[in-house]
Amino acid sequence: MAAKPVLLLACGNPSRGDDALGPLLLEALAEHIDPDLVECIVDFQLQIEHSLDLQDRQLVIFIDASVREPSFEFTMLTPAPALSHTTHALSPAALLGVYRSLHGEPPPAYLLSIGGHSFELGEALSPAAQANLAQATRFALDLLQGAPTELAACAAKLAVTPSANG
Amino acid sequence: MYEHLETAANPAGLKRVAVDPVSRVEGHGKVTLLLDDQNQVQQARLHIVEFRGFEKFIQGRPYWELPVLVQRLCGICPVSHHLAAAKAIDQLVGIDPADLPAAADKLRRLLHFGQVLQSHALHFFYLSSPDLLFGFDSEIGQRSVVAVLADHPEIGLQGVKLRKYGQEVIRMVSGKRVHGTGAIPGGMNKALSREERDYLLQDIGQIVDWAKAAVALVKHLHNANRPFNDQFATIRSNYLGLVNADGALELYHGGIRAKNADGTTLFDHYDYCDYQDLIREEVRSWTYMKFPYLTALGKADGWYRVGPLARVNNCDFIDTPLAEVARVEFKQQLADPALVHSTLAFHWARMIELLHCAERIEQLLADPNLLSSDLVAQGSKRYQGIGVIEAPRGTLFHHYQIDDNDIVTKANLIVSTTSNNTGMNESVRQVAAEYLSGRELTEPLLNQLEVAIRAYDPCLSCATHAVGKMPLQVELVDAAGRVVDRLIRHSNGEFARGDAV
Repeated sequence: MAAKPVLLLACGNPSRGDDALGPLLLEALAEHIDPDLVECIVDFQLQIEHSLDLQDRQLVIFIDASVREPSFEFTMLTPAPALSHTTHALSPAALLGVYRSLHGEPPPAYLLSIGGHSFELGEALSPAAQANLAQATRFALDLLQGAPTELAACAAKLAVTPSANG
Repeated sequence: MYEHLETAANPAGLKRVAVDPVSRVEGHGKVTLLLDDQNQVQQARLHIVEFRGFEKFIQGRPYWELPVLVQRLCGICPVSHHLAAAKAIDQLVGIDPADLPAAADKLRRLLHFGQVLQSHALHFFYLSSPDLLFGFDSEIGQRSVVAVLADHPEIGLQGVKLRKYGQEVIRMVSGKRVHGTGAIPGGMNKALSREERDYLLQDIGQIVDWAKAAVALVKHLHNANRPFNDQFATIRSNYLGLVNADGALELYHGGIRAKNADGTTLFDHYDYCDYQDLIREEVRSWTYMKFPYLTALGKADGWYRVGPLARVNNCDFIDTPLAEVARVEFKQQLADPALVHSTLAFHWARMIELLHCAERIEQLLADPNLLSSDLVAQGSKRYQGIGVIEAPRGTLFHHYQIDDNDIVTKANLIVSTTSNNTGMNESVRQVAAEYLSGRELTEPLLNQLEVAIRAYDPCLSCATHAVGKMPLQVELVDAAGRVVDRLIRHSNGEFARGDAV
């Protein structure tokens, strides 16, 4: 089966408070996206085999909770030359680096990070995270309304300065 | 043994070194060392963040939610929790393992073999192979799976695809990569279609071949530096795990067998529903994680190890041909004299199990009964259910009690990593005493502590990974409690020294 042009890859554990932001954003988008155009994948964390999911895409958007952002941020990603030594999970940029080592240049990729504050097991989404989720959802809906052939260019215009984050 | 290093006689005058968190394990752990003025290790401890609130998280929920809910306890082995909970909940609806429809039993086993396959591939290829291929003291930038992909692309890619295949098995059986709903009370909720079976059949021959190659690789790596690998972090212990009724290696359902360090069987085919008579858990003041022990042997002598090494040590044979050949060779080469005690042999045993899982998946996919839609049995309500399974990291216990309204009133979980708590601490102390004591501590030396812990494949339960979390921080604290040095390893792999956090 051919890969759909756009991949939304959300990370997070729905039972760990604001860590659920990524999966919840995909739930909010589910009824509004073209299933022939967009594939949605949810996982707890990024691993090397996710590089296989990036193949043959025109646009990839990673969605994750972030402890850094006040609300949400949309950044262009560049492949990271090295990956974290600290954990088993990969950052989106490191995953792109893995992709490049395996398959060559990765597709255009962005990180939609949504601000979260509390990540304890069994916690509900915090009120601040709920507000951030609403803003990020509106942003993603606007982005995905564009014509399929224009999505990558549209994403590039909306992204803030390319991030060197890991 | 090295229990004398658990608590220093006079800790007030010692320097403290912390490795926090331990890297390339699942979740968060911390090692602390206390050193005297000659850098002699006086105390070494592995602290693990307990699976905090797990039981509380479960209590108050209707029991039928549990197979899905418990998958959120862990990002790496959700299927193991899913199946252990399912086995417990079968009992709540009056279904014992023998009553489960044959196809449901086979589908659960297929799901479980996929889980163990992908987890073992993750651990060996992603987390441990950099140490084993490049050396414990290699340049830190090289100690990652990306370096494996660069220097050994064939090995690295096989690891990626082995893990991916295991996840595809999970996806086909449960409908999703994560949070699937395959198992339900009394059975399974979805039959495997012919198309799904054929999809998995396409690659299974290749997967078996790669798993066989993985066993050959780990054997080669272990034997390349045999004396060191036999001794590093090695301790003699009891071993505990499930075995089949005929003594074969068993990952899904069986009785509990335990052996002591000499290979003498302590008990056999023990009904896991009576586990509370068999095992007790000790609490120690310096860590959240409990220390289980065999009641009959007491706290001092009753601690045991679980997981691949325990299972391969405990079983009489493996009922798939290639893995059995590998097991026999493993025991012939490493047993001392009856059992293998080398902690680094966990890796070898893990790859034998990986091969076993690939073979069993191949067998199950060839079974026409796997496609049956007779998947659910019904019985009469009970108020207590206990499910035990051999998760990738070892024996996993789920125990629930419910009330008249089907609400969980009590839950007790003993996870594999808890059972290995004493073993990991003993291995840390062995490495500290034999390889670190008296030397100036460097990053490669500290990595040796992590190598010892990593061999157990501990799951320290995080699954929280928001951007910006998880730096590594090592602090050197003097006798007065002042931080005299600090090393920060950021989540992008960059280092900073001093206060530049």
